[in-house]
Amino acid sequence: MVAILLTVILLAPLAAVLLCLLVQRPRSAEYFNLIAAIAAFVAVLWLLPLSLHGPYFFLNNYVIVDALGTWVLLTIASVYLLGSIYAVGYMRLLNEDKRLHRFYALYAGFGLAMLAAPVMNSIGVYWIAIEMTTLVSTFLVCFEVGRESIEAAWKYIVIVSAGLTLALLGVVLYYWAGSLVLGPTYDMTWAALRHVAPQMNPTLATAAFLLVLIGFGTKVGLAPMHTWLPDAHSEGPTPVSVMLSGALLNAAMVGIVRFLQISDAAHLGALPRTVMVILGAFSLFIAALFIVRQTGVKRLMAYSSIEHMGIIALGFGFGGPLGIAGALYHMLNHSLNKSLMFFGAGNIMHGYGSKHIGAIRNVLKFSPVGGLLWLAGAVAITGAPPFGLFLSEMTILRAGLMGINAWAAFAMLILLIVIFVGFLNHFRAMYFERDETNEQSNSTTATGGPSPWCLLPMWLTLIPVLVMGFWWPHWFSHFFAVITTDLGIGVTS
Amino acid sequence: MLAAHLSPLVASLFSLVAILSLLLTFVMLGSRWLKDYLVAFVVQCWLIAILSAAVGYYGHFPELYLIAILTALFRGLLLPYLIWRIIVRLDVDRELHERLSPSLSLVIGGLLVIFAFVVSNHLGNALGLAGKVEVLALTVMLSMKLIGFMILAVRGEAISQILGLLVLENGIFLGSQILMPGMPMLIELVILFDLLVVVACFGILVRYLLAHTGSTHARDLKRLVG
Repeated sequence: MVAILLTVILLAPLAAVLLCLLVQRPRSAEYFNLIAAIAAFVAVLWLLPLSLHGPYFFLNNYVIVDALGTWVLLTIASVYLLGSIYAVGYMRLLNEDKRLHRFYALYAGFGLAMLAAPVMNSIGVYWIAIEMTTLVSTFLVCFEVGRESIEAAWKYIVIVSAGLTLALLGVVLYYWAGSLVLGPTYDMTWAALRHVAPQMNPTLATAAFLLVLIGFGTKVGLAPMHTWLPDAHSEGPTPVSVMLSGALLNAAMVGIVRFLQISDAAHLGALPRTVMVILGAFSLFIAALFIVRQTGVKRLMAYSSIEHMGIIALGFGFGGPLGIAGALYHMLNHSLNKSLMFFGAGNIMHGYGSKHIGAIRNVLKFSPVGGLLWLAGAVAITGAPPFGLFLSEMTILRAGLMGINAWAAFAMLILLIVIFVGFLNHFRAMYFERDETNEQSNSTTATGGPSPWCLLPMWLTLIPVLVMGFWWPHWFSHFFAVITTDLGIGVTS
Repeated sequence: MLAAHLSPLVASLFSLVAILSLLLTFVMLGSRWLKDYLVAFVVQCWLIAILSAAVGYYGHFPELYLIAILTALFRGLLLPYLIWRIIVRLDVDRELHERLSPSLSLVIGGLLVIFAFVVSNHLGNALGLAGKVEVLALTVMLSMKLIGFMILAVRGEAISQILGLLVLENGIFLGSQILMPGMPMLIELVILFDLLVVVACFGILVRYLLAHTGSTHARDLKRLVG
């Protein structure tokens, strides 16, 4: 059963890629992609309970289905589905029907690479899957060919590829450290490395972990390696920004978490976790600085992604059952909520024909329903109750206060307040500030609310985020407990 | 471990190839002509192919012969051909506005090698490998990594950036041949393939850059800030 579901998850997007390239009709490409996304999502939902009894291995140990991987698959598949729904409405507005089948082929390919990454058991193949996500998404970022988008794509591919070579160096050093124990040839799986970790040379293991953390951290968008992220997120078409922010960052984070597990098994002391916590706190700091003085709508959302990746890094860095549960819950909450934010931003940007916060005024007049949904999302994404992110952030804070890096929990609290004020201040301006300069032109540009295709995914994200704020399902706790046991974390020092 | 049963002559052959590759990185660093970069890169790839074959022969890893042939074909012929086509299309011969002069880059490159040596020596001591060929391989691997990053940082031309990335990968590939010749072949094959895709992607992007920004220098890409 697990094998069938996994095949569906991976083959559905692949079939969509091929069909989009074969048929070359814009409308059918939309539906191929949408159907693939629905199939993948349903299969992931089905897989979730089954993965608790895992891990399952397939294809000569190259594929692993475990609870952690499936959880990340859930975030990726949800974002892929939501993004595909939104894309139907949004991409029609761009008048690119001639190239649309290529967009959907790339989009499904991007989905495929991301859905493949968390289930890769061989570390080398995982690295390649992550690298593939970069290559595919580069062309999605510059799909609306223009000066800025090509600049963003260039920065994205150069910075992320360079970062990933650091990760590759780390992987190679890990392999070397393992080969000193296991002999020259062995299958470098996550389990094999964790198994030999206690006999690894600590100096080598530390160096390898730091390289891997910096390398995959580039892809996750942890500061100070985040510089590609605001450009790529803001210049791509909105369905792509959603995938980058809600799905891609998680797919790279799962690698860091698994390496963290290996370095825990190697008994490297407090260093690996402390470095992770420092990177997380620094990401929050950078995000706070840039959010307060931001002028672009999508860049605002992009810096918010850096903030939330920082929070997730803090959660995993703090460790312990609470930290892990909080970070995993936050992953899902953030994926849904950030999708909502980008959907709203895409609608607004298209309606006003500008990506500058300064040009956007009286949002509620332009789109009452979409505007309210977006506003609710903004309150949620800053971590205010009663939304899911409040719960997960509080859990991570509690985990931090109990651990050895309590300073980071205090820093996180202060920075979250700064971000709350800064982020919502932009929304106050966009919603309630009078636009005295050109009342006339404003009312002419902002006409026609978003289409149902663009509003539906906003509802589909806001409702779960709200529900998860009131109710942390007991079943989730059970799931997180299984992952925590799998990761074997509880030993923080 | 490979070095344990290597004769001194073979160990020095490996060292020679590793050091030659490092020198070629310095050739890239010291020149401002794009074609020099490319030639240095090609020679470096052929050296790595020779190294793979030698490791395969002396370490008894027959699958490395295949890797050697593929390295020579892919890295040594196909990649340079693709990059050559980009250079021809670009109509740019040399790095026009480098941030550091070639001589200064050479000095800094030397310092980076010393740093790499200190780090690898420390690692080597921790592993009880002091003075072995592994330490040298590690030094070359880290140096090429650092110098590759430096090329990325101080050279702005699109071609320099692509070659900078390829030097980063070459460093890892070279080091891994000596340090862990038994690495599963699938991984090495896929990494070779991956490189090809990377260069193809860069080719398309360069075409976009030319068409829409009229420049292929990274310093002209400065619209997105803050």
